[in-house]
Amino acid sequence: MTPLIVSVAGVLASLVLLVVVLELIRSRRLRERYALLWLLTGLVMLGLSAWRDGLNTIAGWFGVTGYPPAVLFAIGVFFILVVLLHYSTVISKLADQNVVLAQRLALLEQRLADAYEDQGATSRRK
Amino acid sequence: MSGAATEEPAVAEAPRGIAPKGLRRVAIVPAHNEEGNVGRVVREIRDVDPELEVVVVDDGSLDRTAAEAAEAGATVVRLPFNLGIGGAVQTGFRYAFEHGYELAVRLDGDAQHDPAQLARLVAPVLAGDADIAVGSRFLAPSGYRPPFARRIGIAVFAKVVSLLVRNRVTDTTSGFQALNRRAIALFAADYPHDYPEVEATLMVFKHTLTLTEVPVTMRERGGGSSSITALRSVYYAVKVLLAVFVGALRRNVTPLQER
Repeated sequence: MTPLIVSVAGVLASLVLLVVVLELIRSRRLRERYALLWLLTGLVMLGLSAWRDGLNTIAGWFGVTGYPPAVLFAIGVFFILVVLLHYSTVISKLADQNVVLAQRLALLEQRLADAYEDQGATSRRK
Repeated sequence: MSGAATEEPAVAEAPRGIAPKGLRRVAIVPAHNEEGNVGRVVREIRDVDPELEVVVVDDGSLDRTAAEAAEAGATVVRLPFNLGIGGAVQTGFRYAFEHGYELAVRLDGDAQHDPAQLARLVAPVLAGDADIAVGSRFLAPSGYRPPFARRIGIAVFAKVVSLLVRNRVTDTTSGFQALNRRAIALFAADYPHDYPEVEATLMVFKHTLTLTEVPVTMRERGGGSSSITALRSVYYAVKVLLAVFVGALRRNVTPLQER
């Protein structure tokens, strides 16, 4: 059985995570889109910490009989991996968009330079 | 909120123009892969009001959307990649703000909004009764029956938003809108991402702008596919509800500047 103190600590830590994420959204430092996975992580961890019988049952499924909180740890790690993977895809997309922006800017500068040159040529001809 | 008190007086001749002569006005049309519809949308808008400049914001389309829009006589702003509907629409508001337009209307590029109803939509804004007028599908019986799941979603958003802003709002997902300069300035400065209309409604009330709904009927999409698919609608519902509840706790108000 999970020691009570471990459950209490788990609940507190999950609550802190949830509050921090919500506050980051409120103060507009975190977009809802990127907060959803964190909120899911917090809610699952909160549920598993508070629902002590459930944690035991799930531990049983995975053959963890000695120390059920190990499952809490494993699930926490799993969610962090998912968040990190998600961020890798986000970074990849940002990098792609960054390339497009740089190319667009360079082409625009070149066009602008051409336009200035044309203008200069016309006014000289006058 | 006044609601339905915006009946257009019967005009004998077909009206040319939706606003007094000389009032600078712009139609903002976000479009993503709408080559089959956007040309028709632009032509219909220009037929209704020749003084209305049409700006199509091409949200990173991979088809001929930009070319079709330009051929039909629109000013085309091409985004270098897909920003999503929120970013695309805000590009239009920024254009309207920076070019000094006094009145902006917004119609979707898929032809579901009927330009013939623009005169009715802009009436409360022109009369000074509201900063923003939203075309609502649910104020008058129109025979519009969205699929069950979507109907539930729309009803929930309407209820939640109505409670939060303490005003009756019936259609929080409508993109058929008319805005005066104040509302243009607000949305140019700050506009929600992804699926913006619900949060934008809250923003309007938070900034003590006035919003009124005008009964409209919408047409079937003219082909192409809606941006909201089954799986996305779950994300949509969760994200928007989260944004609405957290947004209700926000106190910071975007300062508006006139230039």
